[in-house]
Parts: sequence; structure tokens; C-alpha cells
Amino acid sequence: MDSKRPDRRRFLKGGAALAGGLTLGAVEPVVGQLPGPEGFIKGTDELIAYGERSRFVDSVRIAHPPGSRPSPDEFGLVFHVAAPLQDSVGVITPSSLHFVGTTRGSFMPDIDPRKHRLMIHGMVDRPLTFTMEELKRLPSVTRTHFIECAGNSSRSDRRTAQETHGMTSCAEWTGVPLSVLLEEAGVKDGAPWIVCEGTEEVKGSSSIPMAKAMEDCLVAYGMNGEDLRPQQGFPLRLMVPGFEGIFHTKYLRRIKVVDRYYMTYNDYGHLTQDPDTAALGYQIGPKSLITFPSGGQELPGRGFYEISGLAWSGGGAISRVEVSTDGGRSWSDAEIKGSANRMAHTRFGFSWNWDGQETELQSRCTDELGQVQPSRAQVAEFFEVPLGPSFRVPGRDNSIQPWRVASDGSVHNAIS
Amino acid sequence: MRFLKLLPVLILMLMANSALAQSPTYGVGRTPSAEEIRAWDISISPTGEELPPGSGTPEEGALVYQRKRCGGCHGPEGEGGRADRLVKRDGGSEADPWAWGRVLPIRAPYATVVWDYINRGMPLNREGTLTADEVYALTAYLLYINDVIGEDGVLDAQSLPQVEMPNRNTFARVPDWEPGMPRLQGYPY
Ligand code: HEC
Repeated sequence: MDSKRPDRRRFLKGGAALAGGLTLGAVEPVVGQLPGPEGFIKGTDELIAYGERSRFVDSVRIAHPPGSRPSPDEFGLVFHVAAPLQDSVGVITPSSLHFVGTTRGSFMPDIDPRKHRLMIHGMVDRPLTFTMEELKRLPSVTRTHFIECAGNSSRSDRRTAQETHGMTSCAEWTGVPLSVLLEEAGVKDGAPWIVCEGTEEVKGSSSIPMAKAMEDCLVAYGMNGEDLRPQQGFPLRLMVPGFEGIFHTKYLRRIKVVDRYYMTYNDYGHLTQDPDTAALGYQIGPKSLITFPSGGQELPGRGFYEISGLAWSGGGAISRVEVSTDGGRSWSDAEIKGSANRMAHTRFGFSWNWDGQETELQSRCTDELGQVQPSRAQVAEFFEVPLGPSFRVPGRDNSIQPWRVASDGSVHNAIS
Repeated sequence: MRFLKLLPVLILMLMANSALAQSPTYGVGRTPSAEEIRAWDISISPTGEELPPGSGTPEEGALVYQRKRCGGCHGPEGEGGRADRLVKRDGGSEADPWAWGRVLPIRAPYATVVWDYINRGMPLNREGTLTADEVYALTAYLLYINDVIGEDGVLDAQSLPQVEMPNRNTFARVPDWEPGMPRLQGYPY
């Protein structure tokens, strides 16, 4: 980066060898008035081998701010790392910026994929063990899916989209459908559940219904066009699309087909006395978020802006996104960008002319099942409980995130 | 004649058979041995069928708790440490076990969950170093300080699943999941 000006002669000479190959930096500007580059980025061996983003891009993850469960905890361990959604474009979260949620973030197993095995056993006709090589021989699928942590809920004291919603991310996952592996092993009639295990501390998933396992679960080894990252479960991760994050077992090494709900430690951790909360704490509800303009950002002045955001649902594809620019009094349809994939972040846009007056922006989405994202007030009304600052949406919080745009252009969390 | 009468039955049997025993499509993967499966399988069900041989008492568990320095993180008697408390809070009762707090050895509906967790996850940073006897003993100790079992209780593969946890029947069941199912029937959101 300190190589401001490469040796021009060497550059020109090398250019012949490079013709038709790599282009290293732009040609120095000849017209003085045009904005030029700050310098040149040297094509080091490292950069040729594995690219890097511009030094002018500074979007980074952060430790999830203190909430119900602090991270770092009393032991200094960080296990909740939030993605910078306010800077996101499109629907894919780069692997380096994907949120991380673990029981022990600091202790990721360092796994040699040549030694890694996946065992499938329990109520099957033929227990099986697969090497990574064997898994990659089987028919694969590639799908885009979000993963969202159960604790991803906004609160009034959180400022940015990263702080309110950063525990969701979306990537392209490649792997073998779990149904292929289960059929290969031959599931015995009437086996209703599976439990899974990864090579890490608590090493267990919640109990997963067989209907879900056969429907769309994926044993993934690829993420965004390359191998999974260690923070995302290298070399193998179970994807349980639309279910809360904790089901997506990292470092997957064992799947057991079982005859009952197994009450694993994760199942235990999600126990509740209330059947409604239990039901709402399973599959992620329809949820959306305006990422621009969002908390902490500033609008330079009145005029045209495309409001941009993300919508997703554990119930399937997003069928509609609406935006309100007057605090929820009136709503208009937003444009869904590209295709709305099932259980995937979906980008939406909405053309807006800001008149410079203070206002409140909101978005809400509807999924293919007809489930509609609610406001906190609507949820409180449904359950007939008072809506105060301490009101918590039962189950996984999928309520509308309001952003207040002040007349000076600054944007703030408007949850009260 | 007799054969013709039996024919439909035979066909049905054949159909049922092929539906049950699907044959492998790809033939990729290896069959693990029974010992391999036993060694890998640390999922303990509420029936305890996977529990290994061994046993332990609260008294033995108190010693293991000291020797393994569980108290260094959880406090000398399961409270007052930096890590989660392991002894119930005041205010709960058999009628309202939830009020004892989110403390594994009292809230877990089955004692097998406590055994399974200690076996997999503790002591933190030295997981996998406990013997089966030590895990039985630690489980017995933690259930004892939470008044679930008596001082002379002995836990092993047979008795552990029989322990009557106060929270066995007071949690809500998760709904049976079906593809295309909304989160909660009648809930528009
Ligand atoms: C280095 C610190 C440390 C040591 C030593 C340690 N623990 Fe823990 N323990 C923890 C932490 C931290 C947690 C919470 C883990 C989590 O939530 O992911 C925990 C959780 C637990 C839990 C579950 C608590 C709950 O309610 O969910 C039990 C039971 C437990 N430990 C028992 C033990 C036993 C028995 C030992 C000794 C063999 C032990 N621990 C040693 C730090 C420690």
C-alpha cells in the first residue's frame, strides 16, 4: 500500500508479458483535471493468490452489543459477532462479514478435512460414514439462504442496523441435500426426529423434525463459491433453512435418526411454558429492515434517495415489501430487486424524495404463506398485553424497525 | 386357486418391503462398525439407552467437583462464581419449578440432559477429560444440592433416567412441523 508509484519502466516492460492477463492498476491519468487514483496497488504474491478489498472500504463486524447475553462474557469470550448490514448491497453477505454465533466463539475447532468424517446412524437400515471426498462425489445443490440468530432483536438503545439486526446474514451454500444422505442410509419407517452433532463444545443441535430434514436441509461444504470458513463450520455445516440459527450445526460430524424429541441441551435452552412462544420460537417470521437510510447514517440534504433494505422469512419466499415514509400511516409497495428466493435475504428498493422535514421510515414484508411482518403495537394488541418499553415480542422478534430521519439528515432508531 | 387368493397379499407384502428397505442409490460411503458407532454416539436420550456403564454418588461428586476445580468458575457450592450458578434460586416450588431459575440441574426435564451436558461440555476448556463414573458422580452431586435426590442416591445407567425432575411436565411442546406451515395457527404475523 505504500508503493505509491511503481517503477514506470518496469511497469511498461512487464506490461508486454501481462498483455491479455492481469491488469495491475490503472494507467496514470494524463488529463490533470480528472480525478486520479491515490496511487497504485502493487500486485503482490498474496494479492494475486487471494484478493483484498480497497483500503478505503472499512465496513467491519462488531461484537454484538450487550443485551440479554453479553458478548464478550465474564471470561472475555466473544461469541456473538454482528454483520454490518448498513453497508450491505445486494443479498449476499461476504463470508468475511457473515455474522457469527457460537457457544464459544474463541475456540473454533481447527479441522483437517482429510480426517473429517460424517456418520449417519440410529434408526436407519445402513449406518454410513462419509469422508469429505465421498460427500463431494454425491449430487450437489447450490442455494441462497439466510441464517439468523434467535437473539436478533432490536431495542431502543441500539443505534445502527448492525446493532439492531446484525445477527442475520445470507450466503450461497453448496452441498448435498440431507434427504440424499438419509435415503442412502435408509430411514426406518416412522422415525420422527434427527439430532446432530458438530466438533465443538456443546456439540449438539436441537432436535430437528424428520419432515424438515427431508424437505430442504443441506449438508453444506461450500459458501459463496469456496470452502466454508472456520467461523461458519469448516469443513461441513448443516443448513436448516428458515429455522433459527442454532439448528445450523457447524463442524457437522454426526447425524442420528431417533424415535423421539431428544431434549438436547439446545432443546432445553429453548424451553418455555407458553405454547405460543414455543411455536413462535422455531421458524423465523417474516422480517425486513431498511439498511439505507438507517441509524447512524446521515443524509446530506433534501432530494432524491433510493431507500434500500432487506426482507426475509423462514416461511419461504418474500412476496411483497411495503415502505412507509410517514411513520406507518400510509404504505406503498417497494420494488423487489432480482428474484425473491426461499428463506433468503431479498433486496428491496423504494424511490423517495426527501423534503427535508423530520419523518419516520418503516418497511414491512409479506411472505409466500401470507404471514405479514407486524409492528410491536400489533403484536402487543394480539396478545392483549400493554405496549411499554419492556414489551418483548414473544418467540423470535420479527417486528418492524422504525428509523427517524431528523431535519438535519441524521438517522436514529425510533423504537421507544 | 389358493395361490390366486394369496397373490394380492404377496404383492402387498412385496410393495411394503420395497418401500421399507430402500436400496442405496449411489453406494458411496462406508459402513461403520458397531464399536465405532458406540464410541461416537454421545447423544443421551431421555430413556438413557446410550448411557455407558458406571455409577456415582453425591459424596463422590462433591470430591470430583473439587478435584476438577468446577468451583473455580461456578463457585464452591454451585454459586457465587463467574460462570452460571448450578444451584436453584429461592422462590420456586414443586408447583412452580420455573421460579427456581434457568439452572440446568433443576430446570432440565430429565436428569439425562444434565449428564449429557457435563459429559460433552465441562470442565470448560478441558472437555472430554471426565470418566463416566465422574460424570455420574457430578450429576448426583448437582442433583443433590438442588434437593432432587437424597444424600444416599446412586446414579447409574438404570437409575439416572428414573430421576423425577420437578420440571418434567411443565414445559410447552414444540408444534409438529410440516412444510408450508405458518409459525402459529391463527397468528397473522
Ligand atoms: C473455566 C470455567 C469453568 C469450569 C472449570 C467449569 N465450568 Fe461449567 N460452565 C462454565 C461456563 C462459562 C458455562 C456456561 C456455558 C455456556 O452457556 O455456553 C458453564 C456451564 C455449566 C453447566 C450448565 C449450566 C446451565 O444452567 O446451563 C453445568 C451443569 C456446568 N457448567 C457444570 C460444570 C462442572 C460439573 C464442572 C467441573 C467438572 C464445570 N462446570 C467446570 C465455566 C466453567
